[in-house]
Amino acid sequence: MSPDLAAPMIDIADVTKRYGNSPAVLDSIDLYILKDEFVTLIGPSGCGKSTVLKLISGLTPPSGGSIRVDGMTPANGREIVSYIFQDATLLPWRTVRENVGLGLELEGVPRDRREENTSTLLELVGLVHVADAYPRVLSGGMKMRVSIARALATSPRLLLMDEPFAALDEMSRDRLNEELLRLRAEQNWTGVFVTHSVAEAVFLSTRIVVLAPNPGRICAEMPVGLPWPRTAALRETPEFEALVVQVSHALRGALSR
Amino acid sequence: MRRRLIVAANALAVFAALLLVWQLILWIFRVPPYMLPSPWAVAKAVAARFPSLLHSFAITAEEAVGGLILSVIAGVGIALIFAQSRWVRRMLYPWTLLLQTVPIVAIAPLILMWMGAGILSVTLIAFIISLAPIIANTTQGLISVDENLVNLFLMHNASPAQLLLKLRLPNSVPSLFVGIRIASGIAVIGAITGELYAGSSSVGQGGLGYSILYASSQLQTDYLFALVLAATVLGFSFLFVVMFLEWYFLHKWHESARGPEAE
Repeated sequence: MSPDLAAPMIDIADVTKRYGNSPAVLDSIDLYILKDEFVTLIGPSGCGKSTVLKLISGLTPPSGGSIRVDGMTPANGREIVSYIFQDATLLPWRTVRENVGLGLELEGVPRDRREENTSTLLELVGLVHVADAYPRVLSGGMKMRVSIARALATSPRLLLMDEPFAALDEMSRDRLNEELLRLRAEQNWTGVFVTHSVAEAVFLSTRIVVLAPNPGRICAEMPVGLPWPRTAALRETPEFEALVVQVSHALRGALSR
Repeated sequence: MRRRLIVAANALAVFAALLLVWQLILWIFRVPPYMLPSPWAVAKAVAARFPSLLHSFAITAEEAVGGLILSVIAGVGIALIFAQSRWVRRMLYPWTLLLQTVPIVAIAPLILMWMGAGILSVTLIAFIISLAPIIANTTQGLISVDENLVNLFLMHNASPAQLLLKLRLPNSVPSLFVGIRIASGIAVIGAITGELYAGSSSVGQGGLGYSILYASSQLQTDYLFALVLAATVLGFSFLFVVMFLEWYFLHKWHESARGPEAE
């Protein structure tokens, strides 16, 4: 996975965001994300990290500055983007299979190709045995898996993830982190991930961006040079520990300023 | 199963106790039969006039079902309009409250005047009185969609039609059923009240409400009780059918879906 330096996936230049007359949520953000990067935005509550995802997806417009997604406007970029929300946001009246196929269905993909894609993903994410169950019977971790499968079913080239594992217990979170990396190795999408968890950020990322609040701004960036493929064992290495300490320091710095 | 049997046995015991108290009151206070007939006399009245009782029951049921179906169709239609924008809701919603607060007793004579007596007028009264809860609940279901679900649909460039058919409408079904459950009780009351004013005037053609009026004017108190009993049965079966439909459509996926026997 060598980043192609010539091709930015996301180019955020001097972006400011405020709602109405209230103080800026984000102030003059510059962020350049390359294809094949996995960038994690981390920061204390209120630093606007989720807002960055909303801006990239075009769900909310910036108050100033420009955003490009693979050279397109955020609204046009949606066709190559999938979004994973903090809640699994499944449709409770649809089975797991029908939920996974939702994105393809909305985009008008013909039924046979839809079913083929859906089946592939159910297998990839390990959901075949619950394909015809309704979400209400699934655990939180399983629901999130369905949500991931749904996001990946449309073959996105950019995946935006807004604290997707925040509500899960640590064991499920670790397992899903490992699975997410395995899926990325197979599918080669660019990832932008928002989290509160330092360990999660270090484990997943090629680069970590630390944000500070009031107003939200980037206060530190650090590359994560840990080797690929990353497995559960990585979490016990001194290199991993050292990076966790380093990011934690930066986070404390973001809070004290 | 065992638990259900116990529930049934309890209900039966309460019923038997009620009959006993009823009979005791008759014995102790020597109430004349035209004031309060004995349970046995009511049972005899039911048996003796069963065909006409059934006929009245069928007429009222028809009016209530007709009114309810009409209010579901119209209510969902109106809710769809209300769901379009906050502005439309602000402007039109107060008028549905008017629907709920207008005393049906006051407009029944008007409807009688405009449309004449009969099943059609009574159905219309049942419709008017049961419309508001359908509108209110369905609108609530259509607009109370998780914001991130809407965002998800937008991320896949969903059309307004897709948002409506694949998200808002299915999302509103549980609240629609809450509305139907409330409306079903009101529709029966509306049909019976409507008949008091606008029921068929020819003898033997009227529904329960009309027959109640007739029986009381003739001091046929035992038959009056039989009619009240029939009205209760009608209300109950209505609720039961609606709850069964609710269970049938929702039990697979909705958390709060309960079986008809759960209440």
